[in-house]
Amino acid sequence: MASVGIREVRKSFGSTEILHGVSIDIVDGEFVTLVGPSGCGKSTLLRMIAGLEGVTSGQISIGERVVNNVAPKERDIAMVFQNYALYPHMTVAENMAFSLKLKNAAKAETEARVQRAAEILGLVPLLSRYPRQLSGGQRQRVAMGRAIVRDPQVFLFDEPLSNLDAKLRVAMRAEIKELHQRLKTTTVYVTHDQIEAMTMADKIVVMHDGIVEQIGRPLDLYDRPDNLFVASFIGSPAMNFLHGEIGSDGGPAFHGKGGVSVPLNGAAGAGGGTPVVLGARPEHLKLSDDGFPVEIVVVEPTGSEIQIIGRTPGGEEIVANFRERHAFEPGQTVKLTVEPNLIHLFNGETGKRL
Amino acid sequence: MAQASGKSAGKSFFGKFGVHLAVLVFVVIWTVPTLGILVSSLRDKDQIIASGWWNSFASSTQTEAGRLPPPENQVEKDGRFVIEGNIFGDDPPRTISAFGTRAAAPTQYAAGETADLGDGVTLQLNEDGTFVLSSPVALEGSRGQRVYFASSAPPRFTTENYETVLFSEGIGRSFINSLTVTVPATVIPIMIAAFAAYALAWMRFPGRALIIATIIGLLVVPLQMALIPLLQLYNGVGLFFGVPSKTYLGIWLAHTGFGLPFAIYLLRSYMAGLPRELMESARIDGASDFEIFLKIVLPLSFPVLASFAIFQFLWVWNDLLVAMVFLGSGANQLVLTGKLNALLGSRGGDWEILTTSAFVTIIVPLLVFFSLQRYFVRGLLAGSVKGG
Repeated sequence: MASVGIREVRKSFGSTEILHGVSIDIVDGEFVTLVGPSGCGKSTLLRMIAGLEGVTSGQISIGERVVNNVAPKERDIAMVFQNYALYPHMTVAENMAFSLKLKNAAKAETEARVQRAAEILGLVPLLSRYPRQLSGGQRQRVAMGRAIVRDPQVFLFDEPLSNLDAKLRVAMRAEIKELHQRLKTTTVYVTHDQIEAMTMADKIVVMHDGIVEQIGRPLDLYDRPDNLFVASFIGSPAMNFLHGEIGSDGGPAFHGKGGVSVPLNGAAGAGGGTPVVLGARPEHLKLSDDGFPVEIVVVEPTGSEIQIIGRTPGGEEIVANFRERHAFEPGQTVKLTVEPNLIHLFNGETGKRL
Repeated sequence: MAQASGKSAGKSFFGKFGVHLAVLVFVVIWTVPTLGILVSSLRDKDQIIASGWWNSFASSTQTEAGRLPPPENQVEKDGRFVIEGNIFGDDPPRTISAFGTRAAAPTQYAAGETADLGDGVTLQLNEDGTFVLSSPVALEGSRGQRVYFASSAPPRFTTENYETVLFSEGIGRSFINSLTVTVPATVIPIMIAAFAAYALAWMRFPGRALIIATIIGLLVVPLQMALIPLLQLYNGVGLFFGVPSKTYLGIWLAHTGFGLPFAIYLLRSYMAGLPRELMESARIDGASDFEIFLKIVLPLSFPVLASFAIFQFLWVWNDLLVAMVFLGSGANQLVLTGKLNALLGSRGGDWEILTTSAFVTIIVPLLVFFSLQRYFVRGLLAGSVKGG
């Protein structure tokens, strides 16, 4: 097990720069997810850690060792690919033993390690089967088994669950997390699914367009997003945004389009007149007589809660969740407000948190 | 909607019908001559001349000449001198339909009739070949009466032709020569091409695209154009090392050279279609390029290796031109195609020899094709369908 250090790493393909100086510190034994929309460079970064892509500038270290110019096999890492990349002509046992065989490990030891990994993952009855005879979830487990057998310093996962159906994905999510708690191996996990990132990670790295937007524990990202991108990316349904400015008259209040007004109660110190974006999580919106009006467009009861999608007089979309069973009707206008301490305010120009 | 579906159903019916018809036509065009060669090669050489192979299961009719036993066999019976016997003697029995005593009219009398030969001499010849020659006076002379008759023989099949061809006509030796040429000329290009294809598909090095383009270009170079320069080059190099100009090594190298562009092209496009993650995964697992090639790519490429092997084997086996240029015409170097060509000149009329030799020649391609045909089809599709 080892820590992983990524310092000011840049990557260019030809003249296009994909990563614009990324720095991440991963502590020994930590489960870190790299999350972001497709094309943000998260997979490229993972492949650079694995050694499958070169580093244009900057430094990647595993443990105390700088590995920029170290071949993949010397890095003591194991990687699980999105499509599993199992060797089709080998049985499950041969797949798992392949790396040890290449190292000329003793046969008895190889067998013992394969057996142990198979026991951990419940693969013992499948050891003599070929990959084509396995279901998607089983293949996924074999791919993990292949990684476990090597007992590496770092596990790398490249969107390992995206080829599975929704139900299996939830099950495998828990399984991978449990595995990490058991083995305590440093893990870097790439996903575009923020739920996966939230549920599994000790630490989330949110990436966007080749830069790191924010690094933090899952709930910190949820509660205090650093900028508009993180605020909109983390959380489902996504945070509501209202564009406007902070009122200069009387007490501090947010004035949005169409006469929307939200009292801030000293939540922000920005001067009057600056454009700001007010963010509010759907579950933080409450019915209140002195709130801003929202015309309901769609009502979606999910059982545990009722979700409404509506529009402010300024034409901005609002999503709100209620645990109480209100009798909402489309076309009805309700008044919503949000607690001042649950309001997120962002600079309207830079998108930074105020 | 209903109209459209009806129309498409009708089209597909005619489409299917057309396909089946075309398949049937090709099957007939291919099968009938092959069957003809096989049947002819198993027939008796006299029967081949008498009738076509499509009549081989019916009796063949031919006109024969025979001679009755000489007068010394005559016996006196009821005041007449008589010779009796069977005209076939120890020959295989046939059925006689008509006979005559003059070459101008060989079927003058029907079998069983009594022919009047003049001077009171009569001859009766029956269907089974028994005859009675009867004369009022003693027959003289040392030679028997000449008799012509139309006989029909039952079909006769034999493997004699194969024995003749394989052991006394030299086809057996040529068969071995052909194998000596074909097996190495198939194995060598596959070994070279597999390495080259892996490198061109999965290793990054400067000039790779240029090499691939060159190989594609070499695909269209006509063999005939390169033949003589290649021979000169080979002879020049051979002279330097003191190697004779026409050797098996020379033809192996020539076939390897002519086969390589296609082999590399076919194998490369197949290997390039293997998932990239497999190679990356193996690389992380600690495999070098050579190990990836040997343990991952080669086993997974087996279908395309097999299909190229078929292509190359059939092409080399059927080749005459390269063999004529690079190999001599002595018994220990003449390949089957060359031997067939020679037989066509020296034994042009002996169909039993030619058909048998031809069948010996095609039997190996037939076996190869039928045992590996599923790889053959897969190989044809390898370039077009990703993943083969």
